[in-house]
Amino acid sequence: MSQPSQQDEIVAEDAGLPQSAAGIEPVLEAKGLSQGQIVRKRFLGHTGAIIGLVVFAIIFVMAFTSVGYWGIPGWWKYSHDEVAPLVNDGVPTASLWPLAWGEHPFGQDRIGRDLFAMTMRGAQQSITVMVVIGLIAGFIGVVVGALSGYFRGWTEAVLMRLTDVIIIIPGLLLAAVMAQMAGRRDSGGWFSSFASNNGILALGIFLGLITWVGLARLMRGEFLSLREREFVDAARISGASNARIIFKHILPNAVGVLIVNITLTMSAAILTETALSYLGVGVKAPDTSLGLLISQNQEAFATRPWLFWYPGLFIVLICLSINFIGDGLRDAFDPRQKKFNAKKAKDAGHPLEPTPVTAFDGTKDD
Amino acid sequence: MVTYIVRRLITAALILLGASFLVYLLTAASGDPLEEFRASSAPNKQQLMEARTELLQLDTPAPIRYFHWLGGAAQCLIPFANSCDLGKNIAGQPITDALGHALVQTLTLVTGATVLAILIGITLGIITALRQYSTLDYGVTFMAFLFFSLPIFWVAVLLKEFGAIGFNNFLRNPEIPIPAALVIGAVIGVLAAVTVGGEMKRRLLIGGVVFLFAAAVLMYFSATEWFKNPGLGPLVIAIAGVGIAFAVTLLSAGLKNRKALQSALIAVGVGLVVYFVIQPLLDQATFLMIVLLAIAAVLVGMGIGYLMGGYDRGQSMRAAALTSFLVGFLILLDRFMQAWPEYFNNSRVRGRPIATIGASTPNIEGDFWTLSLDSFTHLILPTIALILISLAGYTRFTRASMLEIMNMDYIRTARAKGLSERTVVMRHAFRNALIPIATIVAFDIGALIGGAVITETVFSVRGMGFLFLDGITHVDPNPVMGVFLCVAITAMGFNLIADLAYSALDPRVRVKA
Repeated sequence: MSQPSQQDEIVAEDAGLPQSAAGIEPVLEAKGLSQGQIVRKRFLGHTGAIIGLVVFAIIFVMAFTSVGYWGIPGWWKYSHDEVAPLVNDGVPTASLWPLAWGEHPFGQDRIGRDLFAMTMRGAQQSITVMVVIGLIAGFIGVVVGALSGYFRGWTEAVLMRLTDVIIIIPGLLLAAVMAQMAGRRDSGGWFSSFASNNGILALGIFLGLITWVGLARLMRGEFLSLREREFVDAARISGASNARIIFKHILPNAVGVLIVNITLTMSAAILTETALSYLGVGVKAPDTSLGLLISQNQEAFATRPWLFWYPGLFIVLICLSINFIGDGLRDAFDPRQKKFNAKKAKDAGHPLEPTPVTAFDGTKDD
Repeated sequence: MVTYIVRRLITAALILLGASFLVYLLTAASGDPLEEFRASSAPNKQQLMEARTELLQLDTPAPIRYFHWLGGAAQCLIPFANSCDLGKNIAGQPITDALGHALVQTLTLVTGATVLAILIGITLGIITALRQYSTLDYGVTFMAFLFFSLPIFWVAVLLKEFGAIGFNNFLRNPEIPIPAALVIGAVIGVLAAVTVGGEMKRRLLIGGVVFLFAAAVLMYFSATEWFKNPGLGPLVIAIAGVGIAFAVTLLSAGLKNRKALQSALIAVGVGLVVYFVIQPLLDQATFLMIVLLAIAAVLVGMGIGYLMGGYDRGQSMRAAALTSFLVGFLILLDRFMQAWPEYFNNSRVRGRPIATIGASTPNIEGDFWTLSLDSFTHLILPTIALILISLAGYTRFTRASMLEIMNMDYIRTARAKGLSERTVVMRHAFRNALIPIATIVAFDIGALIGGAVITETVFSVRGMGFLFLDGITHVDPNPVMGVFLCVAITAMGFNLIADLAYSALDPRVRVKA
C-alpha cells in the first residue's frame, strides 16, 4: 500500500512510546510487517475464528461432495428426494460408540427419505444463498456507498433516498412476491422459468438486491471520513482520476470494515433464508432447505425428534462458524485494537493503594 | 434545530409516499386473490368471484387503486375528525379495527421481552467488558454468538417441547430427585464461581456455598411441594430485601455512605410492615391500583431518604426509592404466588399452566390475579424466545462501547485522581457508554410495532406480524398497507428521535440546521 494507513500511524505512535498507558498493551508485534501480514497474523491467532473456519470448511466440503451439485454425482448413496424402504422405523443409525455411520446416519422421515441427504442438500442451499447474497449485497453496497460518499451533492441525495425507501419495504413482502412469480411456471416469462428452475439462486439474488442498504450506509460513512484525509488530497493533486482515487486509494482503506460487515450480512442471510422457507415463501418442495425441513417436521417432534434436531443443528453450526470468522476478521482488521486489561491497569497503577478490579468487589469507597 | 426537524419530516413523508406506492403494487402483484375460487367447485363460484372483485375493486388497475387508498388514508391526517379510512380486509372488516386489536396483542408480546432484553443485555455487556478475557467473558461471548445464530422458530419449538409440555408434566408431580437437585445446584454453583471473579480461593468458596444453598433449597421445594403452593412469606422478603438494600446502596451510593444504607434498610422495614397491612387491599387489586402502589412505593422511599438526609441527600433518596420499589415488587410477586394454586386448579387450565399458543386461555374467568397469571403463562415462552435472540446484540454492543470508553483518557484521569473504581465505572464510564446504546434502543423500540412475524406465527398470536403475513397469503393489500404504514411511521419517527437524542446526549454531535 502506497499511503501511510491508520495502521502504520498507530504502530509508529506505539514505537515512539514504549512505556504506554497503564493496562494498554502496545501493538509491538506489528513492527516491520505490511498491513496484509498483520491482518493475517492476527486472524490466524484468533482461536475462535480458526475453529469457525475449520468447522465451516468441513460442512462445506461435506455438503457439496456428498449429494452432488449441479448434476455432478456425490459419494452418498441417496439423494434428497429419493424414497428408500424404512430401516428400523427411520431411527438414526449413526452412533459415536462404536463409531459407525450406518445406512441412514441421520435417520429417515415418514415416507423413507434419507435425512442425511436432505440435510446436506439444505446446507448446500443455505451456503449458496449466503454466498450469492454476500456477493450481490457487497457489490451494490460498495458502489452505492462509494458514489454517494465520494461525490456527495445530488448523487448522494438521490442514492440515499433510494436506500431509505428500500430499507423500509419489508423483506418478507418482496420474498412473497418472488415466491409467487416463481410459482407461476405456466406464464412462461424468462424470470419465472429461471426462478422455478433455480429457486435458491433466484431467492439469493432477490435478497441480495434488498440487503445491500445497510452496507451502503456503512460504506458511505467510511468514504465520507476517508475522502477528507491527506493522502486523498495528495492523490488528487498528483492528478489521479476519481475512479483511481476511489478504487486505489480509498477502497483499500475501507476494505476491513467492508469484509467484516459482509460476513455479518452473510450470517444474517442464512437465518433470513431459513425463516422465509419456514414461513413458506422461500424454497418450496420438492426441493428442500434447512428451514423448510424444520417447518415440515416440527409437528413430528414427539415421534421423530431427529427430523428436527439435525437441520437445526446445521443452521446453528453454519451461522455460528460464520459469526466467529467475522469476529476474528473484525479483531484482525481493527487497527485501534489494543488489549485493555483491568488487571494490568491495577498492577501498573502502582503500589500506593491497590484499587479493586471491578465496581462490584470494591468496598473501599469514595 | 426546527429547520432540521421540518426538513427531516418532509423527506420522511416523501419516502413514505414512494415506499407505500411500491408496497401496494408489490402486494397486488404478488398473486391472484381469486385463486381459491378458481379452483373450487362451489355452485355459486361466479357469484363469490364477483363479490370479491367488487370488494377489492379488482376491475380497477392497481396504481389507481393505490390512489383511492391514499385518499382514504389521507383522512387520518385530519385531527379529531375520526374519518380514518384504511379500507377493509378480505373478510370485510375495517383495517383500522383490525390494526387496533393487532397492536395491543403485539405490544403485550414484545414490550416485556424488549425491556428485559435491554436490561439483561446491558448488564451482561458491562460486566463482561470489566472482566475482559475472563472465563465469564468468554462464556458470555460464546453464548451471545450462539444465541445470535439460533433460528427463532427452532428455539420456539424446543421451548414448547421442554418449557411447556415438559414443565407441565413436572408440575403434575413436582418432585426433584436428590441427584437432580445436586446436579442443578452444582451448575448454579459453577455459574456463581465464574461470575464472582477474584482469586481462585474466593471463587471456590462462593461456588461451594452457593452449591450447598441451591441444592438445599431445591430439596426443600421438593419436600414441601413448593411448586404447587409457591410463596415467599415475610421471612424470605425480609432477607431478600436486606440483600437488595445492600446491593442498591453499593451500586448507587457506595457502602461507605452510611446514611444511604440506613435509608435503604429502613425502606425494607417499612416494606415488611406494609406487607401485612396491604394484603386485604391487594385482594381487590386492579391494574391501576398496582401502578399507583408502585408510584407510592417510590415516593415513600424518596421520603425516607429525604428525612435521613446526610451530606448527600440525593444519594440517600435514590437508594431508598430503588430499594422500596424492588421490595414492593417482591410483595407483588408473593401475592401472585398466593394466587397460583387457584389458577392452577382453574377448570379451564386443568393443571397445565404453561401454554404453547395464543395470548390467553379461552373463556377464563377469575379475579385480577388469575387473569394476570393467565397472560403471564401465555407470554412466558415467546418472551424467553425473543429475549434469547435479541440479547446477544445488546450484550456485544454494550461490551464494545464500554471497552472503548474504558480506554479513554478521562477514565485514566478519573483513576489517577483517586476515585474509587465504583465511581469510575458507574459515573464516568457507564454513562458515556450508554450514549451509543441509547440510539440502538430507540431504533429497536421503533421496530417493536412491526411485531415479530415468526414468533407470532409459531405461538399463534394474532398481532401485527400475523396480520401482515395473512394479508400477503390472501393477496389482500389493505392489511399489508395498514401494518406497513404503522411500522414505517414509527420506525422513521424513532429514527429522528434517535438522532436528536444523540445530539442532546453528546454535546460534540450537533445536528445540521
